[in-house]
Amino acid sequence: MLETRDLTIRFGGHVAVDAVSCAFSPGSLTAIVGPNGAGKTTYFNLISGQLRPTAGQVIFAGADITRMPASARARQGLGRAFQLTNLFPHLSVRENVRLAVQSRRRAGLDLFRTWTSHVELIEEAEDVLDQVALRERRHVAAGLLPHGDQRKLEVAILLALRPTIFMFDEPTAGMSVDEVPVILDLIHEIKARGDTTVLLVEHKMDVVRSLADRIIVLHNGKLVADGEPAGVIASPVVQEAYLGIANV
Amino acid sequence: MTMLRVVLSGDFPQSRILSAALLVIFIALAAAPFLFPGTQSLNVAAKICYFVVLAASYDLLLGYTGIVSFAHTMFFGIGGYGAGLALYTWGPTWTSVLIGTLLGLGLAIVLALIIGLFSLRVRAIFFAMITLAVASAFAILASQLSWLTGGEDGRTFRVPEVLRPGYSLLEAGAFSINGRIITYYLIFLAALVLFLGMLRVVNSPFGRVLQGIRENEFRAEALGYRTIVYRSIVNCLSAAMATLAGVLAALWLRYTGPAVTLSFDIMLDILLMVVIGGMGTLYGAVIGATIFILAENYLQALMGALSKSAAGLPVLPQLFDPDRWLLWLGVLFVLSVYFFPAGIVGKLAARK
Ligand SMILES: Nc1ncnc2c1ncn2[C@@H]1O[C@H](COP(=O)(O)OP(=O)(O)O)[C@@H](O)[C@H]1O
Ligand SMILES: [Mg+2]
Repeated sequence: MLETRDLTIRFGGHVAVDAVSCAFSPGSLTAIVGPNGAGKTTYFNLISGQLRPTAGQVIFAGADITRMPASARARQGLGRAFQLTNLFPHLSVRENVRLAVQSRRRAGLDLFRTWTSHVELIEEAEDVLDQVALRERRHVAAGLLPHGDQRKLEVAILLALRPTIFMFDEPTAGMSVDEVPVILDLIHEIKARGDTTVLLVEHKMDVVRSLADRIIVLHNGKLVADGEPAGVIASPVVQEAYLGIANV
Repeated sequence: MTMLRVVLSGDFPQSRILSAALLVIFIALAAAPFLFPGTQSLNVAAKICYFVVLAASYDLLLGYTGIVSFAHTMFFGIGGYGAGLALYTWGPTWTSVLIGTLLGLGLAIVLALIIGLFSLRVRAIFFAMITLAVASAFAILASQLSWLTGGEDGRTFRVPEVLRPGYSLLEAGAFSINGRIITYYLIFLAALVLFLGMLRVVNSPFGRVLQGIRENEFRAEALGYRTIVYRSIVNCLSAAMATLAGVLAALWLRYTGPAVTLSFDIMLDILLMVVIGGMGTLYGAVIGATIFILAENYLQALMGALSKSAAGLPVLPQLFDPDRWLLWLGVLFVLSVYFFPAGIVGKLAARK
């Protein structure tokens, strides 16, 4: 169970996230929508720990994690995929994923054995790469992948962390049409596991409609609508303010 | 082959030329007392040994983790002074060497930890400035506390008996093994073990995290790695290795002083060795240290020979005047950095 209480962050005079209170229950997939600059990514950064709020709290599994560093949150099961691709560009595709597996398995502080002797980490990384159809490219430097594959790798890293909370920030943005289904199927599968909580920032309304149990709408940092998809999309506030998005 | 794989931690040199070069360096150093028996050449060989450790330990920070530090010579000096002053004060015994080394290691690790905790979490440039400040303060302190350190003059001390030139283990005609040769092999073996130890660390899961931190610290943190912990550990490890290199240098030189340990010139030398050899590969430190120290010692002689053979020709003799060796060293470095931006090892690895 993840919850934010009056979560607020101010950059100078600008309030990017404004007193957002919201709870996300296990087994649910919540879509977060809103125009560019609404504060969606910033809200994610506050939850996964890249930013510290000016006010408010983040509660996870019954504990207040507002002051906890991002690394500790990741180890506790808050998994995050980034909107702007955020990889280890000169390391191989497999190494990007292997580092995630290694972190989850707490093997990072081993200074005395070679990394290749931890065969299970390598095997697990390759299994994850299979899921996003990137195993073939495992020896390529991540920075040399085409954009769509980089987005897939971003998702693979998240899968490798096996979090209980999955946070996807526009996972299909900039992908070609034929690549999108791989990612959507994966998200669908994660949701179908039933015990995970998925937060998905997504602009494509057909995607949101088909995946989400619930939609929340952010506007100028404020939570302005919250409910089951059909209702929220039909609501006057969304129809008025986000006609452009709602009709995509 | 499996044996070699274990020793090299699976990190085989990435090209044939590199493997050959490393093999030549290894054999030359291993047999140096017999291949190059002169005093100067043995000095050069010993210096290469402990500078390989020093440059490699610096590469743990610069090349592997992306941390710029100017305090590396301080740790080198702590080792040199630790062993040197212990021998000077408590007499030329192995106990002195051991206690001096342990005291040096303790001080180095504590200092590295303090500098790290105060500044590793902030911007890289700030860390670099702090290390520069601390290293300068330490150098001043070392020359001020002259009752202890000998000030600018440093301290000359005696080493345990088996390491002294007068000691003879074996004498058979022209063939003799004296204390100098024993010292050399002590340094060679210690340097080899330390280098292979560092090679293991950079190829361990821990070393892989360091590379992740260098590539994208933000993401490493998001994966669950507490990067400050990793950076602090490598900072201490690097300091400890530099300290041990300092101990080796002290045993060889039987002298310790600011000019041979703490000087900022040495800091620049280490930086050049790492950059020329190639950052982020420990083999680069071997190549860089070897080329640098050979150039430093033999370029002048080479130029003298060139200048003589060009006698009578216009301009050339002046151009190659041995007094200009530093200029040519500079030219060599500029060219090598220009043509091998990834260092010599980086260039060779890219060619395969
Ligand atoms: N680190 C920051 N410093 C200053 N302003 C920021 C920072 N991060 C985000 N913002 C501002 O906060 C607002 C929300 O941004 P963001 O969360 O990225 O929007 P979204 O993801 O909904 O498109 C924007 O106006 C952006 O300029
Ligand atoms: Mg965004």
